[in-house]
Amino acid sequence: MPNTHEVLFRTLADPTRRALFERLCREGEQTVGALTARAGVSQPAVSKHLGVLKQAGLVRDRHEGRQTHYSAQLAALAPLIDWTRQMAGFWQSRFDQLEDLLKRMDQ
Amino acid sequence: MNQTSTETLSVVVERELAHPPEKIWRALTQPQLIEEWLLKGDFKADVGHRFNLSADWGVVDCQVLVVEPNKSLAYTWAAYSLKSVVTWTLTPSSTGTHLRMEQTGFRPDQPQFYQGAQAGWPRFFANLEQVLARMD
Repeated sequence: MPNTHEVLFRTLADPTRRALFERLCREGEQTVGALTARAGVSQPAVSKHLGVLKQAGLVRDRHEGRQTHYSAQLAALAPLIDWTRQMAGFWQSRFDQLEDLLKRMDQ
Repeated sequence: MNQTSTETLSVVVERELAHPPEKIWRALTQPQLIEEWLLKGDFKADVGHRFNLSADWGVVDCQVLVVEPNKSLAYTWAAYSLKSVVTWTLTPSSTGTHLRMEQTGFRPDQPQFYQGAQAGWPRFFANLEQVLARMD
């Protein structure tokens, strides 16, 4: 589990890579060419970033003719969602302790 | 589903407590009482006051943002570079007080969210999981 988090956050820590991933999230599947046109970096650089995103499970590629299409894999963001679940568990237990304390306190 | 990357991470815990707001306010703001239910720290109910909360899994850096006695209290909550804001709201009810805690994290598309990701995040989660497991 910690390993999954580490890969995910290290992958998204790079601003160019994060921007590519966000565009795929917002705009849906796109070709490498379309992504390069607005990425501000060369096509080999975009391809390299997409490769890293793919390694982390954040994107999937699909070959069609000579084009490669990339799409975001939102399920890979699950560890972010886990944060809310884990913090909710933390606070629930703290509320229990707060209630115990209130019972012991004077008015 | 597509808004996942721009969603604010938020946790809300609410509870009806059979105690008056003034008493709950003391538990939320007096360091020796905070230590008994939350974490050990040098809290002061002054806007701008910086304090730390210590747990066996690490230190939480905090700064007081809002102090409205018996009504509302908010402070930043930064643990292993993950920054969030914790807001407490006390509302009198017929049986006591409705206490609401909301913790709001930065959205995943904001750069702060990822600061120190390599070093901090995984450890924070791992330690938190251990703590939660022990609490059950």
